[in-house]
Amino acid sequence: MAKTLAEKIWDEHIVRAAAGEPDLLYIDLHLIHEVTSPQAFDGLRLAGRTVRRPDLTIATEDHNVPTQNIDLPIADPVSKLQVDTLRANCAEFGIRLHSLGDKDQGVVHVVGPQLGLTQPGMTIVCGDSHTSTHGAFGALAFGIGTSEVEHVLATQTLPLARPKTMAINVEGTLKLGVTSKDIILAIIAKIGTGGGQGYVIEYRGEAIRALSMESRMTVCNMSIEAGARAGLIAPDQTTFDYIVGKPHAPQNFDPALAYWQTLFTDEDAKFDVEVTINADELEPFVTWGTNPAQGAPLNSNVPNPADLKDDEARGAAERALIYMGLEAGMPLKNIAIDTVFLGSCTNGRIEDLRAAAHVIKGKKIASTLRMLVVPGSARVRLEAEAEGLDKVFIDAGAEWRNAGCSMCLGMNPDQLAVGERAASTSNRNFEGRQGKGGRTHLVSPLVAAATALRGTLSSPADL
Amino acid sequence: MEKFIKHTGTAVPLRRSNVDTDQIIPAVYLKRVTRSGFEDGLFAAWRNDPEFVLNNPAYGNATVLVTGVDFGTGSSREHAVWALQNYGFKVVISSRFADIFRGNSLKGGLLTVILDQNDVEAMWLAIEADPTTQISVDLVSRSVSYNDVVLGFEIDDYTRWRLMEGLDDIGLTIKNSDSIDSFEKSRPEFKPATLPIRV
Repeated sequence: MAKTLAEKIWDEHIVRAAAGEPDLLYIDLHLIHEVTSPQAFDGLRLAGRTVRRPDLTIATEDHNVPTQNIDLPIADPVSKLQVDTLRANCAEFGIRLHSLGDKDQGVVHVVGPQLGLTQPGMTIVCGDSHTSTHGAFGALAFGIGTSEVEHVLATQTLPLARPKTMAINVEGTLKLGVTSKDIILAIIAKIGTGGGQGYVIEYRGEAIRALSMESRMTVCNMSIEAGARAGLIAPDQTTFDYIVGKPHAPQNFDPALAYWQTLFTDEDAKFDVEVTINADELEPFVTWGTNPAQGAPLNSNVPNPADLKDDEARGAAERALIYMGLEAGMPLKNIAIDTVFLGSCTNGRIEDLRAAAHVIKGKKIASTLRMLVVPGSARVRLEAEAEGLDKVFIDAGAEWRNAGCSMCLGMNPDQLAVGERAASTSNRNFEGRQGKGGRTHLVSPLVAAATALRGTLSSPADL
Repeated sequence: MEKFIKHTGTAVPLRRSNVDTDQIIPAVYLKRVTRSGFEDGLFAAWRNDPEFVLNNPAYGNATVLVTGVDFGTGSSREHAVWALQNYGFKVVISSRFADIFRGNSLKGGLLTVILDQNDVEAMWLAIEADPTTQISVDLVSRSVSYNDVVLGFEIDDYTRWRLMEGLDDIGLTIKNSDSIDSFEKSRPEFKPATLPIRV
């Protein structure tokens, strides 16, 4: 029977299927961090259980760790306890951990791919909703809650209901200055925060095939912002080339490659839903509201809620404009920014830093704002420093930080103050996400860089 | 896990859509290493507003939250479920929940009930007209009832059975350890392992 890519991967991981029950799926890789794991390890201890496959499990410290003075003890005692708890749990259960200061420490979704642990056809889970990032390799990857973390630790499986499938076809060619971040923000604006709910999205089409691996990760990363637990892209030569040479790339490459080459949606397979986007028409895209679907092209104006026909959408837009302190009809480019954040599992990889550095090189950021550059991992930071990117940012007046989730979710000291406005390359513009009372505009690394130079939301074309 | 058969209590009408997990519990509250004590973080930012519905004493002892569409969007933090439970909620009603939040809620015994938006709006009006309105949520008959209104809802047989028995998923899976053992024997050798560490 013809199958979609997601269905192929699903079927190959079924440990047990029984009528009237969820399928029991085998999990190939389990990523762990300090915030969503302590209660899971406690649960194991209480039940006298152990970790079934420490060799398919890896941990790092990312969500609440500081990005400055990382050689000193963590100042916040509650954060320190959480990190210490992860260290103790990993030691007790024999789990590989990359701690602060280690070159493979960093945002969990940057670490997996850079180690070559993320490969096509795998099932990958993590107690973090942006696990969908790994779908860029043609893996079925999704975020789970702490009860499920405990379940995977104990059994290396998860009972799951089979999802529906959605194809998003991105046809055509991106214009210069338009990036994968703009693609995904435009998709979310089109289908809404609940549009992908219950589906695994497969991103397809000419514009997706043309993307680099890291740009594909940006697209898959934000699947959850459209409500989809997972998003994936069929692997191709771009994928295989990216994995070659990574520490955990298959040593016996040929059988792996032969398998990976079977990972595509069969020609006559049917998706439950198909959506098409024309890449030719896309422009740099930013959000103006407080959910990721409230976005618009940078060259447009803040929308007028009165123009929205749907009561629910109108009410949400009205509340969002009040929270964001914006007037309907004002040009998005007139919005003055206080903080630019370049980083996160969405846009904290080396390509993102290179793209932003290319715009900023030899220039100074606006005196009215601060810019934080937070590499996605310690390895990305080292690579950037080897290329001199740190100097580009520092010379421009930006802050060059250590790796972590940082201001994406404001669990560590990197936070917005009340009323402070950010242009952020991260994934969520929820109220208070980056700090209580903070206001977030989601942008691409190119828009972040141009905004840092001009002080207002801008693209490199405005320079 | 406590068994869930039927629950009756008063409700809070939360007239908001897209209530994301950062609103349910902001990240700064996620640093605890326990499953309890998260009630202080529930809707923390909104609770500063005296007009916020949870601050209305009329809804003081409510155990059912009736909320707008797309509740629980965003992060996978199960702390959102714990915060609602720690605060005293047993049931959340909405016309659509985010996948991960819903999965987490049903694992942890917080019943999430999906009703049509029209029914949610009618329920809001009834609760606002009389905050003492008793809402009954019955897993046996898969129905929500209040005043003279009875509304059916869908929940798959397996989840319903697990909630009614108060069963822990891990225990159920471990009964199938033989299937896991045999699956592992068939896994291709080229699949990556995190150990031993390679550099």
